[in-house]
Amino acid sequence: MAEANVPGTRPEDIRPLSPHLQIYRWTWTMAMSVAHRITGAALYVGSLLLVIWLLALASGPEAFETAQWFFGSFLGRLILFGYTWALLHHMLGGIRHFIWDVGLGFDAASRHTLARLTLIASAALTFLVWVIGYAVS
Amino acid sequence: MASTKHTLRTPLSRVRGLGSARSGTSHFWHQRLTAVANVPLALAFIAIVVCATGSGYEEALALVRSPLVAILLLLFILSAAYHMRLGMQVIIEDYVHSGAKVAAVIANTFFAVLVAAAAVFAVLKITFGGM
Repeated sequence: MAEANVPGTRPEDIRPLSPHLQIYRWTWTMAMSVAHRITGAALYVGSLLLVIWLLALASGPEAFETAQWFFGSFLGRLILFGYTWALLHHMLGGIRHFIWDVGLGFDAASRHTLARLTLIASAALTFLVWVIGYAVS
Repeated sequence: MASTKHTLRTPLSRVRGLGSARSGTSHFWHQRLTAVANVPLALAFIAIVVCATGSGYEEALALVRSPLVAILLLLFILSAAYHMRLGMQVIIEDYVHSGAKVAAVIANTFFAVLVAAAAVFAVLKITFGGM
């Protein structure tokens, strides 16, 4: 345990701190918890993609063609692929929280299974969406 | 149950359950409420984006201004913007402890409102703007 051992401070200030994240051995539940927050933050920034696309469409043909060109480019597709995964992973992580909200899935085996399913299902669904996307276009 | 003789909180305060911030569990509740709404709305949003893949200008206009798509997009924008504001506020409160915290929380609200306003404006213009 790390100690806040600053000389000269009052005794009540010298107290144990909780260990930092890198102290722990990584577990599935821990990784998926971190992934939930990171995908949430990514979607926060990614909301600008929807705003850009809609504003381009509302601005006229030229702006829309530019937006379509960008989203159709390699970089654009890479960003959209990441956005798709982040959205689906965050959604499935949220469903995992709903399961906990109703009081289920708290035992070690369920926690572990749910955490792994979140990643497996988000990867599978992302793949499925993109297969459909390419089939449609 | 603690006796009121040993606390400075009034019985009314305890029964209201709003705590010192006067908002009770509303942050958590609104977070979950929008989360529930976001599940079908995000799936609809993905379906709409897949439909719009590779479409031309006129096709995209027709898609967005069709009533079902326009309504689902508007609902997704509003629910997602509120949800992401709540979520980012938690992240800020976890990691920012200096005076920048209040500024970051305010900026967070501004960003969410800006995203929602811009996207809603675009959908309404496409739908009603005579484009």
